[in-house]
Amino acid sequence: MHNLTIAQMIRELRRKSFSSVELTEHFLQRIERLDSQYNSFVSITRDQALAQARAADARLAADNAPALCGIPLAHKDIFCTNGVRTSCGSKMLDNFVPPYDATIVENYLRDGVVMLGKTNMDEFAMGSSNETSYYGPVKNPWALNCVPGGSSGGSAASVAARIAPAATASDTGGSIRQPASLCGITGIKPTYGRVSRWGMIAFASSLDQAGLMTRTAEDAALLLNTMASFDGKDSTCVDEPIPDYTANLNQSISGLKIGLPKEYFGEGLSEGTARAVEEAVKTFEKLGATVHSISLPHSHIAVPAYYVIAPAECSANLSRFDGVRYGYRCENPQNLEDLYKRSRSEGFGEEVKRRIMVGCYALSAGFYDAYYAKAQKARRLIQQDFVDAFKQVDVIMGPTSPSPAFEFGSKGKDPVAMYLEDIYTIATNLAGLPGMSIPCGLVDNKPVGLQIIGNYFAEAQMLNVAHQFQQNTQFHELAPAGIQ
Amino acid sequence: MEWETVIGLEVHVQLATRSKMFSGASTAFGAEPNTQACAIDLAMPGTLPSANAEAFRMATMFGLAINAEINRRSIFERKNYFYPDLPKGYQTTQLARPIVGAGYLDITLSSGDTKRVRIHHAHLEEDAGKSLHEDFHGMSGIDLNRAGTPLIEVVTEPDMRSAEEAVAFAKKLHGLVTSLGICDGEMSQGSMRFDVNISIRPKGEEKLGTRTETKNLNSFKFMEEAIELEIERQIHVLESGGKIVQETRLYNGDTKKARAMRSKEDSNDYRYFPCPDLLPVVLDEAYIEDVRRQMPELPEAKRARYIADLGLPEYDAGILSGDAATSAYFEEAARLSGQPKLAANWVMGEIAAQLNRQEISIRQCPITAATLAGLIKRLEDGTISSKMAKTVFEAMWNGEGDADTVIETKGLKQVSDSGALEKIVDDIIANNPQQVANYRGAAEDKRPKMLGFFVGQAMKASKGQANPQELNRILLEKLGG
Repeated sequence: MHNLTIAQMIRELRRKSFSSVELTEHFLQRIERLDSQYNSFVSITRDQALAQARAADARLAADNAPALCGIPLAHKDIFCTNGVRTSCGSKMLDNFVPPYDATIVENYLRDGVVMLGKTNMDEFAMGSSNETSYYGPVKNPWALNCVPGGSSGGSAASVAARIAPAATASDTGGSIRQPASLCGITGIKPTYGRVSRWGMIAFASSLDQAGLMTRTAEDAALLLNTMASFDGKDSTCVDEPIPDYTANLNQSISGLKIGLPKEYFGEGLSEGTARAVEEAVKTFEKLGATVHSISLPHSHIAVPAYYVIAPAECSANLSRFDGVRYGYRCENPQNLEDLYKRSRSEGFGEEVKRRIMVGCYALSAGFYDAYYAKAQKARRLIQQDFVDAFKQVDVIMGPTSPSPAFEFGSKGKDPVAMYLEDIYTIATNLAGLPGMSIPCGLVDNKPVGLQIIGNYFAEAQMLNVAHQFQQNTQFHELAPAGIQ
Repeated sequence: MEWETVIGLEVHVQLATRSKMFSGASTAFGAEPNTQACAIDLAMPGTLPSANAEAFRMATMFGLAINAEINRRSIFERKNYFYPDLPKGYQTTQLARPIVGAGYLDITLSSGDTKRVRIHHAHLEEDAGKSLHEDFHGMSGIDLNRAGTPLIEVVTEPDMRSAEEAVAFAKKLHGLVTSLGICDGEMSQGSMRFDVNISIRPKGEEKLGTRTETKNLNSFKFMEEAIELEIERQIHVLESGGKIVQETRLYNGDTKKARAMRSKEDSNDYRYFPCPDLLPVVLDEAYIEDVRRQMPELPEAKRARYIADLGLPEYDAGILSGDAATSAYFEEAARLSGQPKLAANWVMGEIAAQLNRQEISIRQCPITAATLAGLIKRLEDGTISSKMAKTVFEAMWNGEGDADTVIETKGLKQVSDSGALEKIVDDIIANNPQQVANYRGAAEDKRPKMLGFFVGQAMKASKGQANPQELNRILLEKLGG
């Protein structure tokens, strides 16, 4: 059952091959039996899941159920879930139970989707290896001594290990695409504003975007249909028509213009990854696409700009965690300052504290123009690069991350080495563009991801391109050893 | 040495929207602590702000009323600091691009002179909650009902030169925002709070002295006292060879004392930056024109109308048009009684005196405008004398009913019937032959004084109910011959 795609599960549920309760029970048992090796879940909501599955079965029996009714799904622990602990991977929120649902959680509940539990993640989504989680690192199902990527490492690993059919995730600088790449699955980060941020705990508000981890592009399209919505509770949500993302999946991509930014194939890119990406591009050529060399001249300033803007926003976004109203509070505070200092020093991990301090510095009087204002200028230049590029090509492709999964601790001492993990993914967040990562090969039995960047609100086209690739290749069907 | 005072104001004006600046929670005053704070106001994780469109309309209206440029594109920023009554750890406010640009208000001083006070800008922001330091046994309580209430902060240029000018500006601003209906003006509830920047310099000197800021004054009286006190303190410091330290001060209206709260050295670096959760607010011409069309009558126009249409003297018109609640009350009393000048006298006289005595606002006045009009009518048609009217007014104030009821129950009807008055006068003349002779023998110019005796006797005989005009006429007729 766990080898089925969601598209197949939808059909089998209607054929009564199994019920949602049976499907849900199957995945719950897999999580309970296998997840001790991956640590991909921080909460398993067995009772609620089965209750939701029973309700879904009743709706399916009535024959007018939404497409996703009865499909089990895991939520990244960054999304608030009413009555279910939402920790964001932090000690700070280890005791936090929200009294409300994130809009995307609500959307899935509305359509009868069953929540299996909450997935592990880097603390407050800050990290590229899942090593910063308060609940311990997630292990890559392809190589248990390697990281799954981050920050959505739990979501990626659970889907790769087939203990969840799909998972929600979020992407601020690559947090969906990089772990999808490292775990050999399909990840999509929609256009900024396509999906509501309400109830998604903020890291960097102007960059954060919710998305999905699935095994196939078709599954991503099915799930995005429910996830995307215009939401008045999020002022940055964009009121653009939402197409049926499955409608164009089978369209031919003959004549598609693919841009390959020369900046994404230079120094720092591992040989194996470069080769796998080049092979993937050849496959697209065989399908009738044309390939064009393009330039995104400001690519080299994306990482520095990001590491000013994201920490600046996070420094303010995380101020609410002060030990006053909810979350972690230190023992016996002596006075107000002591309460703040110790609650925050003890409640936040090292990487979170580092970024808060970097952000405060970048915004402080006398440094604002040199850092924050300059980074915003860089951001506009980067955005303009893409706008110019999309005048020439339909989609942009390149590697998702410089190399396959690395070993635990190998980048632990040097934050900058870790930050360079996102060198190819960060620019799309700065520009607000949609991006995907799809599996395109293995190097030393570790997956490599192909990144596809689409134009604003062109998710349907991006999914069509990814689906056509998957119709003609088998990389997305590969599973880590021992899974099948 | 002769000193000159320089004053600039920062005024927090709570907008009279029903819901908060960035959430749907109610802004009503006086609810149980923390019952009007939703997940957004509590800054729960994952919550996001949505800006209140009504607040923009009100701010725009204010901008138009002070002849200011309305910024077509304004931006919300985050002002970062930690305090328990600031749940997000930052206040959402405007800095670089406030909604209202430079404008002005003209104030009238007691000398009759008019002075223009320039307004640097006015910006939209959210209020903080309240920290309660009493009744918590060494701990502090937090009430977040006020957190997120929309404010405009009005920042003036340092154009005022005395406490009188500052208070005149404050009153003018109060009248303006209440007339616009964008603030309820209830100062005791914190609906308007004044921060006063004060410095002094030798007269003739152009360079500004070091200023202090006295924060959170919430009555015109306290504001005047605090300014006078601070000017005195600064003069004393400078004249005894000291230096003014730039600091924030607090004035206590009960003890009439002020103290320093913090100096500039410990001031925060607020690390302002544009709020990424809120888009820039873009207002187009059509929107601004629409707001302009919906503007209520401003105090200036009202004042002119009172003079031209109601025939009020300038002084009365100025006072009655200054405050929205007062002008509404006056207009109703004037309309219902048909006597604008009498209505003006009562509102500015007895009503104002009683309100002052009891320290309540005209909204809480126990006599409605309609009831006052009823009294004015009885005065005007001669049913009662002005002296009786005072008695009736007091009874009305004490809730003993409307004018007619009070006149009836107290038997206060004035005797105007000339037959009855003539009989009284005849009796007095008959019983006081000596006084009558004296009167008739006196020179013309001495007579009015001597008439008082007969008036007194007649009033006594009529138990005070004789119509004075009518009585006078009959007395003159019968005594004069």
